[in-house]
Amino acid sequence: MSTSVIALGTSRVGYETKGYFRSLDAVFFTFLFPVIMLAIFTAAFSGTGDIVPAPGAEGVSFGRYFLPGMLAAGLLLSGVQNLAVDIATEKGDGTLKRLGGTPLSPVSYFLGKMGQVFVTGTLQAALLLVVASVAFGIELPTDPGSWLTFAWVFVLGITTSALLGIALSALPRSGKSATAVVIPIVLVLQFISGVYLQFSQLPEWMQNVASLFPLKWMAQGMRAALLPEDFAALEQNGTWDLGWVAIWLVVWLVVGLVISRLTFRWIRRDA
Amino acid sequence: MHQTDSEPAIRIRGLRKTYGSQAAVDGVDLDIARGETFALLGPNGAGKSTTVEILEGYRSRTGGEASVLGVDPAHGGLDWKSRLGIVLQSTGESGAFTVREQLRHFAGFYPNPRDVEEVIAAVGLEAKASTRIAKLSGGQRRRVDVALGIVGRPELLFLDEPTTGFDPEARRDFWQLVRTLKAEGTTILLTTHYLDEAAQLGDRAGVIVGGRLVDVGRVHELGGAAARVPIVRWRGADGLVHEQRTDEPARLVASLVADLGGEPAELEVIRPSLEDIYLDLVRSHAGTEHAGTEHAGTEHAGTHSVGATGPTIDPTTDAQEALA
Repeated sequence: MSTSVIALGTSRVGYETKGYFRSLDAVFFTFLFPVIMLAIFTAAFSGTGDIVPAPGAEGVSFGRYFLPGMLAAGLLLSGVQNLAVDIATEKGDGTLKRLGGTPLSPVSYFLGKMGQVFVTGTLQAALLLVVASVAFGIELPTDPGSWLTFAWVFVLGITTSALLGIALSALPRSGKSATAVVIPIVLVLQFISGVYLQFSQLPEWMQNVASLFPLKWMAQGMRAALLPEDFAALEQNGTWDLGWVAIWLVVWLVVGLVISRLTFRWIRRDA
Repeated sequence: MHQTDSEPAIRIRGLRKTYGSQAAVDGVDLDIARGETFALLGPNGAGKSTTVEILEGYRSRTGGEASVLGVDPAHGGLDWKSRLGIVLQSTGESGAFTVREQLRHFAGFYPNPRDVEEVIAAVGLEAKASTRIAKLSGGQRRRVDVALGIVGRPELLFLDEPTTGFDPEARRDFWQLVRTLKAEGTTILLTTHYLDEAAQLGDRAGVIVGGRLVDVGRVHELGGAAARVPIVRWRGADGLVHEQRTDEPARLVASLVADLGGEPAELEVIRPSLEDIYLDLVRSHAGTEHAGTEHAGTEHAGTHSVGATGPTIDPTTDAQEALA
């Protein structure tokens, strides 16, 4: 990979990030959405008492319990929903065709997209954590080990999400249908993966279905990082299963990479 | 990359593109010299855009040979693309960036770009340089398209219907810009629906109909000498409209006056405009389905009629003026 490909990719990161924040739809539905949902959850369930890992054990507030899910949803929205809709739209409106006629390498283009997702995903996670802590008084862990777990789950999760977003952008048949195709997929995943509903209370078959997809593992990894240790008892196997979190996310990362590599075209062939 | 100046910028032999049993491009041969401005004319669906998109590297070809700046466009790499400028037909991009931001960003793709402020001035968008592209009018957005096409200092510039949506003044300005690019040695392949544009800018033009190049030549020689023979038209004593082509229209009119013993009714002497000649070319090659329909409503006398494939007589002489 030549240096100019990397340099152009870097310049694309700035360009894409600027473009992202100028698109109100993207900012609201992929950047602010988890923050808004966290605010609603915290307000709506403030009177319902704590969630406990076992009868009689010490619990955590609703807000604290759902914060890891919102962080995982942020990864999914910033990566999958954002890029799948964005790239499908760019395919439909002629952006990609124009770029395809320039000496911009597709590698630079994707470095730009991935970099944008990484930048905005990081800002989003920081915003979620700050809002959770400052506005809602949610207790955050203080030990380095928890933050180390948070860091690798975040990096692996955002990379996997970005690649899956690129892969999923091949599915909508036009830019106009992009949101209609992408959002239901993302929404269903959020409901079955423990983002808006307590995962441990979902029926086992639904847990098993969710376990095939990456969001469940991102949420589980985030819970491992941010919840007290004894909450592991609520997970499917009674442990955080961080090894499986890593394996499943890497598997989906490879799937995303392969599909992106095989399906991406500047223009639909012979369209 | 190693190319002598005598080698054409574009060389096409037997180019074919078929979709199922339909041939969109059906055996086109064409050379475009370095530094030449070539106008490709033809009705919608005739194969213009398909041909151009094959040359731009966007589409694969079914058959034939193509060489663009010495490279097969089906396998053109990034180095090859850095020598091209492509202005596509208008697109609907979101336009979240300002004119200057977009041009600066695109200039960064090329090894030896033009100065961004000069390009903005060249397309007349100085006053809009800090405006987001989404807020521009259609004609202004089109100028951004052109600016993005030339910012990389291309050796070969493709212009696909570049002035659609321009007001007359913007078109004149654009023509001037194209002449400047040409003076700098840029090879230009232009597709257009405007014959005056082809006449103003094109060193040569080609007319493509039904996927075939039916005529190629200097713009004012398209259709051949016979297509330019003046037409005398009058309403005879029989009440029918008569037409006759002649190289000596004054002599014919004089003889008409002598025969009729007075002024012929509704007398016209018409020199076919470029548009007439072009439409004739298109009609005569587009099969029989259109032939004859253009003259509906006008009665023709058999003896002098120029027939169903005769020119549409239109007093608009825009294209002729442009040629003068």
